[in-house]
Amino acid sequence: MAVESTTRAKVRWGLLDVVVVVFALVPVLWIASLSFKTPATLTDGKFWPREWTLDNYRTIFDTDQFVRALINSIGIALIATTIAVVLGAMAAYAISRLDFPGKKLLVGVSLLIAMFPQVSLVSPLFEIERQLGLFDTWPGLILPYITFALPLAIYTLSAFFKQIPWDLEKAAKMDGATQAQAFRRVIAPLAAPGVFTTAILVFIFCWNDFLFAITLTSTERSRTVPVALQFFTGESQFEDPTGAICAAAVVITVPIILFVLFFQRRIVSGLTSGAVKG
Amino acid sequence: MADIVLDKVSKRFPDGTTAVQDVDLEIADGEFVILVGPSGCGKSTTLNMIAGLEDISSGELRIGGERVNDKAPRDRDIAMVFQSYALYPNMTVRENMAFPLRLAKLDKETINQKVDEAAKVLELTALLDRKPANLSGGQRQRVAMGRAIVRQPKAFLMDEPLSNLDAKLRVQMRTVVSRLQKQLGTTTVYVTHDQTEAMTLGDRVVIMRGGAVQQVGPPQELYDHPRNLFVAGFIGSPSMNFVHAAVEDGKLRTALGDVPIGERVRRELEAGDAPRELILGIRPEHFEDAALIDDETRRRGMEFEAPVDIVESMGSDKYVYFTVEGERATAAELEELAADAGAADFAGGGSNLVTRLSAESPVREGESRRVWFNLEKIHLFDPGSGRNLTLHEGRSAGALAD
Ligand SMILES: Nc1ncnc2c1ncn2[C@@H]1O[C@H](COP(=O)(O)OP(=O)(O)O)[C@@H](O)[C@H]1O
Ligand SMILES: [Mg+2]
Repeated sequence: MAVESTTRAKVRWGLLDVVVVVFALVPVLWIASLSFKTPATLTDGKFWPREWTLDNYRTIFDTDQFVRALINSIGIALIATTIAVVLGAMAAYAISRLDFPGKKLLVGVSLLIAMFPQVSLVSPLFEIERQLGLFDTWPGLILPYITFALPLAIYTLSAFFKQIPWDLEKAAKMDGATQAQAFRRVIAPLAAPGVFTTAILVFIFCWNDFLFAITLTSTERSRTVPVALQFFTGESQFEDPTGAICAAAVVITVPIILFVLFFQRRIVSGLTSGAVKG
Repeated sequence: MADIVLDKVSKRFPDGTTAVQDVDLEIADGEFVILVGPSGCGKSTTLNMIAGLEDISSGELRIGGERVNDKAPRDRDIAMVFQSYALYPNMTVRENMAFPLRLAKLDKETINQKVDEAAKVLELTALLDRKPANLSGGQRQRVAMGRAIVRQPKAFLMDEPLSNLDAKLRVQMRTVVSRLQKQLGTTTVYVTHDQTEAMTLGDRVVIMRGGAVQQVGPPQELYDHPRNLFVAGFIGSPSMNFVHAAVEDGKLRTALGDVPIGERVRRELEAGDAPRELILGIRPEHFEDAALIDDETRRRGMEFEAPVDIVESMGSDKYVYFTVEGERATAAELEELAADAGAADFAGGGSNLVTRLSAESPVREGESRRVWFNLEKIHLFDPGSGRNLTLHEGRSAGALAD
């Protein structure tokens, strides 16, 4: 009876999982499929391409447009992620470890920023950046990205930091470590998964942003891929760029997937288990 | 190896809490000293100040004769075992135990040899390559101990090291700790809130309350000659019985009958500011079934009769619970102790007595029984100050002493 019901429960959950995964993946797979189709078969409505081609990929890497946008995307996202994670780590450390006046206010304000509708900030930002000469530059995108990524970074990092058994720092000091040694050899390895997770989340946020990128850029100088895709024309004006756009979409999705897969082992929580009584 | 001296050591936290107040304590080289008290009384703070993990607000701390107030933990050469064990989760058992040695820059061979040695003592040899996550609670506890002993420090500090173990393992580890300390002969300060641990482990016990030391002494001395109500109530399990006592006509009117007093207590009570109400304290083992004692013994005490609530037969003797009518003993100390034990007042009117009677006693639940108690073992406390009035030159002599 009990065995039967658990088997049935397993099947039920399994089916539900499959539905969710399919639902989430179908659009992605469809785009991947489109990117391998020839222009002639593009609209045949078949999920599986009848004729495979890599032309679309060749096209996008041949156009300067896309390569340039890819460089912008990578550069801007990496710089913004690094700064946001470093600043976020400091703030999260303070929030999770120290008691200081205005702690609640800091948390509240960062929550406020996270909730603020970005759309309403786009026009003022556009004006400000034009006045300051930041419009259509890398810093012009990096700055707002940091602003909006910071609350996210602070939240995830302080959640992680709160789980670190800080007794370990004391233990390391008793074992003869300096403050720096205690941090480097004991705390840093435990904080790493949290930092990586946060970095990935922030990176994805920057990488996927369309709103700021379309408003605050105007040329290839700082246009990122999501925006560049919109301006994609293909090789000649009369060519339908759908296949190429799909190829580009696949190309910008791949780094994210690789990124997550690569760091997945490090993200796995439970690394800290066993430090304390547990 | 070193002695540890606390000279009027106090700790005030930035938020204004005074966690430790003017603690004077001299711990001899090789001595095993227990800090005990209810939670929040400043035990950990005291220990952390000795360790160097907390700054000392005022007073002086000397280790091996040298002032160490301003020294970092790493320069004090002291090892600590934490309540949470604080094992490094990313390191194996071997790496955990080797960590202090590696920081001390010992060569690999010496490190391995010392770790193996310590592992053997603590029976950890088979576990050396495991990560802490794959160890049981008792094993983690032993690794934490191993990490402390491996570098032969001047002193061990232990902050409730056994409180996360289950009852059986705790008793087992208690003997391990005790044997280890004797073997190594290293000065040890051990914090616990468990009075049984305090009684069984240490050479000397320091009882703390609200950041101040109440009494220092060997366990038996604290048990027999408590300086105040708090110490009396804290030490002993089951704890001492407390009964309200009103001073009238040179006698003490209590729920157990009129208790006569000797010259010495009378003199105490004649002072102008002497209390008119006292608290009478008596331990469970100083009661006996009145039917079972000889006349010689009978003369040293007095008797009362009360209804029996519960009888717990322990084989060797019986714990018998009585309810006696009359006013309850009340004092700040008693409330604090009750709160710490998690026992808010469960009894309605009257007071509960716990007695330990001989196994031969035919006592039955529900009946009314005559019980004798020893007047020479009685303590009388001033409810205001908590002071033990029967204590003379550190010895308690009962109510009748002349
Ligand atoms: N960092 C701190 N800031 C303010 N008060 C503290 C701090 N640490 C401990 N205290 C207070 O100091 C008192 C003693 O704490 P502690 O030494 O941990 O008690 P124990 O170990 O005896 O349970 C408690 O009242 C506690 O609330
Ligand atoms: Mg404590």
